[in-house]
Amino acid sequence: MKRDIILAGVGGQGILSIATVIGDAALSEGLYLKQAEVHGMSQRGGDVQSNLRLSSEPIHSDLIPKGGADLIISLEPMEALRYMEYLKEDGWIVTSSVPFVNIPNYPALEEVLAHVQAFEHHVLLDVEQLAKEAGAPAQAANMVLLGASIPMLGIEYDKVIAGVKRIFERKGEKVVSANIAAIEAGYKAVK
Amino acid sequence: MKYLLLGDEAIAQGAIDAGLSGVYAYPGTPSTEITEYIQHQQSKGTHPSIFCKWATNEKTAMEAALGMAYMGKRALVCMKHVGMNVCADAFMNAAITGVNGGLVVLAADDPSMHSSQNEQDSRFYAKFAMIPCLEPSNQQEAYDITRYAFELSEQLKTPILLRVTTRMAHSRAIVETTNEPMPQKTMRLPEDVKRFILLPAFARNNYAHLVEMQKSFGEISGQAGWNTYTKGSCPTKGILTTGIAYNYLMENYQPQMGYSILKVVQYPLPVAMIQQMVADGVQEILVMEEGQPVVEEMIRGMVPSTVAIKGRLTGDLPRVGELTPDSVRLALGLEPLPQHDADALVVSRPPALCQGCGHRDVYAALNEVAREYASPRIFGDIGCYTLGALSPFHALHATVEMGASITMAKGAADAGQHPAIAIIGDSTFTHSGMTGLLDCVNSNANVVVLISDNLTTGMTGGQDSAGTGRIEQICYGLGVAQEHVRVVVPLPKNMEEIKNILREEIEYDGTSVVIARRECIQTLKRHLKAKK
Repeated sequence: MKRDIILAGVGGQGILSIATVIGDAALSEGLYLKQAEVHGMSQRGGDVQSNLRLSSEPIHSDLIPKGGADLIISLEPMEALRYMEYLKEDGWIVTSSVPFVNIPNYPALEEVLAHVQAFEHHVLLDVEQLAKEAGAPAQAANMVLLGASIPMLGIEYDKVIAGVKRIFERKGEKVVSANIAAIEAGYKAVK
Repeated sequence: MKYLLLGDEAIAQGAIDAGLSGVYAYPGTPSTEITEYIQHQQSKGTHPSIFCKWATNEKTAMEAALGMAYMGKRALVCMKHVGMNVCADAFMNAAITGVNGGLVVLAADDPSMHSSQNEQDSRFYAKFAMIPCLEPSNQQEAYDITRYAFELSEQLKTPILLRVTTRMAHSRAIVETTNEPMPQKTMRLPEDVKRFILLPAFARNNYAHLVEMQKSFGEISGQAGWNTYTKGSCPTKGILTTGIAYNYLMENYQPQMGYSILKVVQYPLPVAMIQQMVADGVQEILVMEEGQPVVEEMIRGMVPSTVAIKGRLTGDLPRVGELTPDSVRLALGLEPLPQHDADALVVSRPPALCQGCGHRDVYAALNEVAREYASPRIFGDIGCYTLGALSPFHALHATVEMGASITMAKGAADAGQHPAIAIIGDSTFTHSGMTGLLDCVNSNANVVVLISDNLTTGMTGGQDSAGTGRIEQICYGLGVAQEHVRVVVPLPKNMEEIKNILREEIEYDGTSVVIARRECIQTLKRHLKAKK
């Protein structure tokens, strides 16, 4: 088993929480893992990404090579497109459709979405709306996106849920159940 | 036990398990998480007490760590690469005194300048100071080698430089830790006090001893087991990797290549291993190293001139920026993996000051006042507020290094510039701005020093700032006239007042300080959340 995943978004959106849950689930499966993060200046509203590599064999590089990613998980549609060079030819894009516009020259949204849709293997979801419908707070939108990625992750749904329980346990039952509801909503949306 | 740790955290845990008594550091990407991890472990109250309060700058950190090592205990100093410049005086001379307890100096380099103003390579400092350097290739090795570094420091009675780069510092992997952490050392005075008194007569002896030790440092590099040489089936081609470059090689390596591989983790370079490579018939050595071409230059003197040395200097690898699996792939002569084209629709999204940040209000006022002058000069400094150089403010005319805003404004004023304005954060002010302000006071330089005080070290994530609550007192103490130390609250509703005060102080012919104080919006959120 080997999955190279690029997590993308804008600083402050919460891509690292997705990585933490996947990482926990991967570890409980006995997989090797490497996860390169971005800290420092770019976290201030700039584009951020994390390279998450899972494998049943030892992993060498902390970075994913261009053309090597199985999956891009993005909390922002233009940010998903930023890493196209890294995606395998038959890789998947799973992205939120909600733009984060904090720059004056953000391209036309319909064009951005059309570029995602032009790609055969794509999932495009309004994760904020889905979080709301699931009765979860807007901050749980990242967990909706995680739920929608599960079929491409190579890790079973139940294992991801178990990871969420372990990660959010100390924040209380309410937070755990909201996050699980969000993951379920994302998972169902792509089934 | 097995943990998922950042490289920085692996180093911190390694230091704790080596019986660390104190960590001394000023925050700086990508080194900050080392001290934060130790602080977090300490807050649980489960470990013996380790001193872990932030230092005012890297120089005070280095000196305090040397003092702790003087007393026979183990100390760690952590900083980003440019911090090495700040503490260079203490660092270079710690190599001359040597140490009593173990002293490990951690420098986190930032090739590609993800969060820095240059990509200087700290291995030069180890060579400059003539001390051993360790450069782990993965997170497990980072943990293990930190423990070894303290042993080696005490064995050789010298500080050890531990060098990592961004992708090691900020990447997580599984790390297995020891079940038998070492207890802290007890206090033990140095046997030879003269070693620590660097009068020329004593220092000459120390320096001669350090030079004499070089041979054994080199031998240890060859024998300690961290550096490994594997002879390949291809008789003529060899590869030398340092630190994490080994991972990029292995990512792309195919067994049929058959290259002889020398993996370097410990310096000085293992000369015997390099010569063995040549003796095995290698005619070409490709050097893969993260950072500047340090090894590529050094080994030219170690091998016959007939052996071709390739790397960053020859263009086989990019001259600047960090290595990637892709650049190493090309250097190995492999085709790129099939990939999609970059999407031309994507535009850059540079970092920006947070919405609601006090620095925004400071720049809004400053820009309006500055526009009233024909040729204002605003000298910036290092912190979140450096982003004031970008859209929408475009406010800065220079930003160089920690503290330079004040002294460059002074130099500009000395040259006849008016208005000469410095803008500096509270943490940067106490790090390296105070002495410059004293220079201004001593010549009553015609400058306005605008201290944008957000009560924290913001850019690195909100660490304690050394002068919080005492900025005015520090300015008074340095001799700034009390009536020219003005305090404002940077909020839109106070805009007229702030502008008027700036105008008055610009028109005052002498040194004045305007403190714009409002808590960082990020730490404010955290504090409000904690109160709930």
